[in-house]
Amino acid sequence: MSILIFIDHSEGTVRKSSLEAICYGAALAKLTGTPAEGVLLGKISDDPSTLGAYGIQKLHNVANESLNTLDAEAYIAIISSIAEKNSATAIVISHTPTGRAIAAGLSARMKAGLVTGVTTLPDLSQGFQVKKNVFSGKAFCTVSIKTPVKILSLNPNSFPVQKGEGKAEVSASDVSIKPGRVKLKSTSKASGEIPLTEAEIVVSGGRGMKGPENWGPIEELAGLLHAATACSRPVADSGWRPHHEHVGQTGIAIAPNLYIAIGISGAIQHLAGVNRSKVIVVINKDPEAPFFKSADYGMVGDAFDILPKLIGAVKKLKGVA
Amino acid sequence: MKILVCISKTPDTTAKIAFTDNNRKFAADGVQWIINPYDEWYALVRAIEIKEKDPSAVLHLVHVGGADGDAIIRKALALGGDEAFRINQEPLDSFAVASQIAAWAKDGGYDLILTGKETIDYNGASVGAMLAAILDLPFISLAAKLELQGNTATLIRESEGGEETVEVDLPVTVGCQKGMAEQRIPNMKGIMGARSKPLKVVEPVAVEALTELVSFELPPAKKGVKMIPADNPEELVRLLREEAKVI
Repeated sequence: MSILIFIDHSEGTVRKSSLEAICYGAALAKLTGTPAEGVLLGKISDDPSTLGAYGIQKLHNVANESLNTLDAEAYIAIISSIAEKNSATAIVISHTPTGRAIAAGLSARMKAGLVTGVTTLPDLSQGFQVKKNVFSGKAFCTVSIKTPVKILSLNPNSFPVQKGEGKAEVSASDVSIKPGRVKLKSTSKASGEIPLTEAEIVVSGGRGMKGPENWGPIEELAGLLHAATACSRPVADSGWRPHHEHVGQTGIAIAPNLYIAIGISGAIQHLAGVNRSKVIVVINKDPEAPFFKSADYGMVGDAFDILPKLIGAVKKLKGVA
Repeated sequence: MKILVCISKTPDTTAKIAFTDNNRKFAADGVQWIINPYDEWYALVRAIEIKEKDPSAVLHLVHVGGADGDAIIRKALALGGDEAFRINQEPLDSFAVASQIAAWAKDGGYDLILTGKETIDYNGASVGAMLAAILDLPFISLAAKLELQGNTATLIRESEGGEETVEVDLPVTVGCQKGMAEQRIPNMKGIMGARSKPLKVVEPVAVEALTELVSFELPPAKKGVKMIPADNPEELVRLLREEAKVI
């Protein structure tokens, strides 16, 4: 019996979303009275036993460098084999681009019930019931998993990371690695940028910004706040900003601690992608903009007047000249 | 080239989200149903583009659901499918849907199976990957580009904070998202033609769901917006630091 957590990493560092998954898995392990164990495929820079500080007792490490470039298909085979060998009762994976493909593939391969995009721990009082976001963040639903093994994918930014003391016992796993059929040709990473789905603060611009040449202040404000930049669908469709910045129903769904929307009216499709944000600030010159109804803080006025002053105020707060 | 596009039926993006039957059912009254946007705008339109370049390609559509899905299937046929199949079972969960499609498609000889990256109602984001696992096909998730050359597909997919270019031999299953193609509107010729295209009803196989929906709930209402004068951003910054504690 164990709770197994898949630990994803990039450039030698464990992803923040995976630290959240470890803490979620450790909490679930406490709830069910079973040990929490991690699966780490490939190598990280730190001593992997230090991951024990996040609550796992044991770490199954397949330290083969080739795993740094393999695809979900290879991971699914390895994770399911480790899960079966160790009689895992639940597998926790973060709901990231890689994680969601692994979770669904594992579910079908192991015939283990999957709930994707969970945000809270399950309720064990009546079986195994867990809540997830549905209707693109406009509602929740509670789902009961009926199979002996449960698979959960955890939404990034929904479970706090807590670091304590302790070291994990590292066990070198010697499962066989079968390369998948998908060949990785190249990767491109927007270096230095914070992944939108992992960002704690997001500064977003809409049509009210009038043109791509006016994004300077949004980028400056985002830089000061260590925030990611985003945009509404019309902005991405007009080519003012890259498509991967589009948040909304048909773009990326995010759940940062703070979402600052500038010049975005707040159409229902946009709200669907951002309404899981903990705090929403709306700056719009139209006092009737529907977004104000979903906001926590609002300012009515011209973005081009407000932004420089807001940047000045944030600089003062951060002690930047 | 034989292509299968899986289409799901979802409420319109502007539909009011409410529940009935002790919060156990989505309140479907007065709701307009559409093809899940990811299935339509990206998976289906990309498949149509491939067929336009290679007129010998065959484009099939599959949908799991009751007869109330026929309207959206006809729309998909109007956009460009050759033939549609409706597996006559209410969708139970992602695994049950994937199993139904897999059982039906396994001997179909499809080179390319396309789904949207997720549906906008249950946001499960899992049918494509499950289908690939059951059929033992490679799976590319969150694909924003798909090019074919002979028997090889080159795709660009989203990764954490970036993108990856990957190559894979057909057959393959692909979860499609923005970037793959542009939304189209069916023309009159398409709409007229769709009426005579075959829409076959397929009886489901016996499949058990792995999960069960217990209840829905709406998020708690926002407590109301606090307005700050436009000439006082310092106050906004103060509130974000001291009251909301987010910066």
